[in-house]
Amino acid sequence: MKNFKYLLAGIFFGILLVKTQVISWFRIQEMFQFTSFHMYGVIGTAVVTGIISVQLIKRFNIRTLAGEPIVIAPKQFSRGQIYGGLIFGTGWAITGACPGPLFAQIGSGFTVVAVTLLSAIAGTWIYGAGRSLK
Amino acid sequence: MQLLRFLQQPWHWSAGGFLIGLTVPLLLILGNKTFGISSSLRHICAACFPAGLSFFKYDWKKEAWNLFFVAGILIGAFIATTLLHDPKDIQVAAATQARLATYGVRDFGALLPPEIFSWNNLFNWKGLVFFIIGGFLVGFGTRYAGGCTSGHSIMGLSNLQWPSLVATICFMAGGIFSANVILPLLFKWLHT
Repeated sequence: MKNFKYLLAGIFFGILLVKTQVISWFRIQEMFQFTSFHMYGVIGTAVVTGIISVQLIKRFNIRTLAGEPIVIAPKQFSRGQIYGGLIFGTGWAITGACPGPLFAQIGSGFTVVAVTLLSAIAGTWIYGAGRSLK
Repeated sequence: MQLLRFLQQPWHWSAGGFLIGLTVPLLLILGNKTFGISSSLRHICAACFPAGLSFFKYDWKKEAWNLFFVAGILIGAFIATTLLHDPKDIQVAAATQARLATYGVRDFGALLPPEIFSWNNLFNWKGLVFFIIGGFLVGFGTRYAGGCTSGHSIMGLSNLQWPSLVATICFMAGGIFSANVILPLLFKWLHT
């Protein structure tokens, strides 16, 4: 069960998503209506923590638990980041969830979000079908 | 018990944000995994409905860790809601409460408004908008953008990737437009 540790990491992350309330539809509306600092605070702190962590990993050549060197693939630019980004942002404000929070909303008892998740899978599939035809 | 009560309190945004940020080095150190959640939707397609499409023709089993991670998110959210639940209502900003009330959203007692996110709405226009269309835009948009809030806004920005900054700006622009222009129109239409 080499993947069991990722289940545990997911449990840790799921608890964080609920306790920071970033899965809340209300918090998302506040963020996009600029009426609360909460979401900006959470995401901003997470990004700063991530930047410092990645810098430390690079500076001190920190390795994985198995002793492999850590490699992070660079992100390639494509216009999809603009068009897809705008489309996802539109959906984010409607559902109050990005993909991670979809799973967390279901887990916290809003079981109907399973329908939203299925529709998101369908969206990914339609995108994949379009890409495959090219 | 003391610890449980401590964890049950509402968390400060800086504490939560710090721990979310630590997920980035945690996954890297656990096994060279780059944090990203929307890929799980692609792996589900590849595993369940590949339909011979080249976009889904890859060895998804190699990426199975991602599916374990999202299963964990579901379990973790359940634990947080049952064991670490804060009995107090979430404090929604007054200005947003006032605005949402004009849309007919008045119950601020849970993380999501029960007026929208209930099974009763599955087969009406609300369900079509908030579950079907909303979900579709999230799944289609994140794959088109090559990542979501976790893959671009947290992982990509952590690694100082400018394409991720472009993506994040577009996520925000789309969300701001949607929350302030599209949603008011949708609610108006739903209530007529």
